[in-house]
Amino acid sequence: MNAAAPIVSAKALTKRFAETAAVDGLSFTVNRGEIFGLVGPDGAGKTTTMRMLAGVLPPDTGSIVVDGIDVVSKPEEGKQHISYMPQRFGLYEDLTVDENIRFYADLFEVAAGVREERAQRLLTASGMSQFRSRLAGQLSGGMKQKLGLTCALVHTPKILLLDEPTTGVDPVSRRDFWRILYGLREQGVTILITTAYLDEAERCNRLALLHAGRILYCDTPVALKQRMPGALLVISSPAGRKVRAAIVGQAGVSNVILVGDGVHVVVDDPHTCIPELGDALQRAGVPFTGIVAGEPSIEDVFVSLLENTGKTQ
Amino acid sequence: MKLRRLRAIAIKEILQIWRDPRSLMIALLLPFTQMFLLGYGVNLDLKHLPVCTFDREGSQLSQALLKHFQASQYFAIVRNVASYPQLVSAIDHATCGLAIVIPPDFSERLNETGTAPVQAILDGTDDNTANIAFGYAAAVVESYSADVQLNWLDRQGRQLQQIQPMSVQSRVWFNEDLESRNFIIPGLVAVIMALIGAQLTSLTISREWERGTMELLVSTPVRPIELMFGKLAPYLVLGWVDAAFCVGIATLWFGVPFQGTLLTLFLTTTLFLTVVLSLGYLLSVLIRSQVGASQIALLVTMMPTTLLSGYIFPIDQMPKFIRALTYLLYSRYFVTIIKAIFLKGSGISELMTPILFLIVYAVAVMCLAARALRKSLG
Ligand SMILES: Nc1ncnc2c1ncn2[C@@H]1O[C@H](COP(=O)(O)OP(=O)(O)O)[C@@H](O)[C@H]1O
Ligand SMILES: [Mg+2]
Repeated sequence: MNAAAPIVSAKALTKRFAETAAVDGLSFTVNRGEIFGLVGPDGAGKTTTMRMLAGVLPPDTGSIVVDGIDVVSKPEEGKQHISYMPQRFGLYEDLTVDENIRFYADLFEVAAGVREERAQRLLTASGMSQFRSRLAGQLSGGMKQKLGLTCALVHTPKILLLDEPTTGVDPVSRRDFWRILYGLREQGVTILITTAYLDEAERCNRLALLHAGRILYCDTPVALKQRMPGALLVISSPAGRKVRAAIVGQAGVSNVILVGDGVHVVVDDPHTCIPELGDALQRAGVPFTGIVAGEPSIEDVFVSLLENTGKTQ
Repeated sequence: MKLRRLRAIAIKEILQIWRDPRSLMIALLLPFTQMFLLGYGVNLDLKHLPVCTFDREGSQLSQALLKHFQASQYFAIVRNVASYPQLVSAIDHATCGLAIVIPPDFSERLNETGTAPVQAILDGTDDNTANIAFGYAAAVVESYSADVQLNWLDRQGRQLQQIQPMSVQSRVWFNEDLESRNFIIPGLVAVIMALIGAQLTSLTISREWERGTMELLVSTPVRPIELMFGKLAPYLVLGWVDAAFCVGIATLWFGVPFQGTLLTLFLTTTLFLTVVLSLGYLLSVLIRSQVGASQIALLVTMMPTTLLSGYIFPIDQMPKFIRALTYLLYSRYFVTIIKAIFLKGSGISELMTPILFLIVYAVAVMCLAARALRKSLG
């Protein structure tokens, strides 16, 4: 098979549930060995897309080819090569860590020696080796997710589908998690991940921004940032909401995003806007400690791209 | 079909059963509660059975006892005789179905030792009536005095044989109709196996849906048939244990004689369990909620089995249309089989027809269940 050809190719996927079009004409490709991120607000259609790729939900229309296998017409063939980790914890809470691993290894017919070696390595990497005889239901959220990943990796998938694997996971576990993912990428495993954390999106090779079942943009994080119209200003202030109220609607200001210690403002021209915004804030009597030009995060990009879409629609 | 995946499913299921002691206890206790509840609950009405009395003492106490019989709606005293031959002849000519004999030392023994035996002689040609009559007679005696002991004399057929007195612990249980039980209880074993069998498996797939484990399971290469056999196997073992309990209670507690061989019983029970377990599994596949699946399982096993299997209401006395319906009911065949094994000692070869019906049923239900499980969330 051609190594340069995309390993996943989805074309014109649609899936309706009664009145809602959960996925509405989605097309994208994933290259071999990359980490591909699907990002979007709740209800954007991320889970539905993942399910269709995993072969557990047939699309209404469209085609999915994973490593040369037509997943829509032959879902069972694809399942040999795909590992899917659902958004909702799907392991058996009344089975121990080891029993869960063994169960999935057996379903994928992994030899006992191989299973043991992999389980050992993966559990050590995620700091879970001392919990092997603990019931899965008694693990913390982060550990559950790492167990899910271990089970997903106990066979050798060509492609790994992770649906919000780090939601509700503590920062340390998230770091472990990503370290494992990078290791996998080095081994040539292709990873498709959805995430609600936009800082995580930045770790992906490529990103698709999903909204209402459609892909708005699909590119590398760097390229996406360049697509952001205008420039970003960071206003540091203890009263972010007041700042926003004072500057929304000013000439040249297209987006105001609340962040922890102030606001991010997307503007057309930073040189003229910095003094103008300073004046506006002083007039309104809102306290602030500085206005500087900043590097947009993927979150800024995402919010401003989404808002622009909303305006043009 | 890959044996390894099947085994993985079975092991997982066993672990889950094992880790859920409450459900396991229910599964193991059900045979007891159901056997006792239904075994004693069997209630066949008997009204105004003709009774002969032979009061050899003629005291106030003895007459008082007989008044109790007269007062009971179950009995009607039709004759008072003065000798054994008269009494035997009354039974042999079917003038009465029950004869009560009060010994000459009745009051004396009652006053001195606190207990006194009374004989009940029954027409043994009609098992059912005899048993029920004895049960009610025992109840009447008990209502008179807890200390009067009722002895059972069985009068089999029309020949004059030596009357064998049989002492029965009649004071312990109300409605102790021993021998009609012999007839009904083997069928009851079938009813209870149908009930438990379908209940056990009706939860297996719906539980995966409710706990959210199904999504991951259907994303693996496991095949529906592996899933089905892997899930049925542990419950078959549990079903065997339950069946052993039921048969044990039937023979050891209710004293139903067992004429057949254990091998025949084992093979046919396994076949029947396969039918009911697959049926429960099919429902579990079709209905994604545990409560729903188990309710429907109860509905499709308990009701038709109780009413139409012939375990208590004879099929040949049903209206033609209903009789035709019973052929669709799997438990009907097993009721026939298990009664024949218990009471007649029938072997496999004599039971071939109902066995074949059950095999057809098992194969059909399993095919349906394997096809009904679609590895998809849609
Ligand atoms: N099984 C379903 N039945 C009905 N509606 C559904 C179902 N699954 C998803 N949806 C709807 O489809 C849309 C997309 O859902 P989903 O794919 O779960 O989004 P996300 O994972 O991005 O939050 C939502 O509006 C959701 O309500
Ligand atoms: Mg989701």
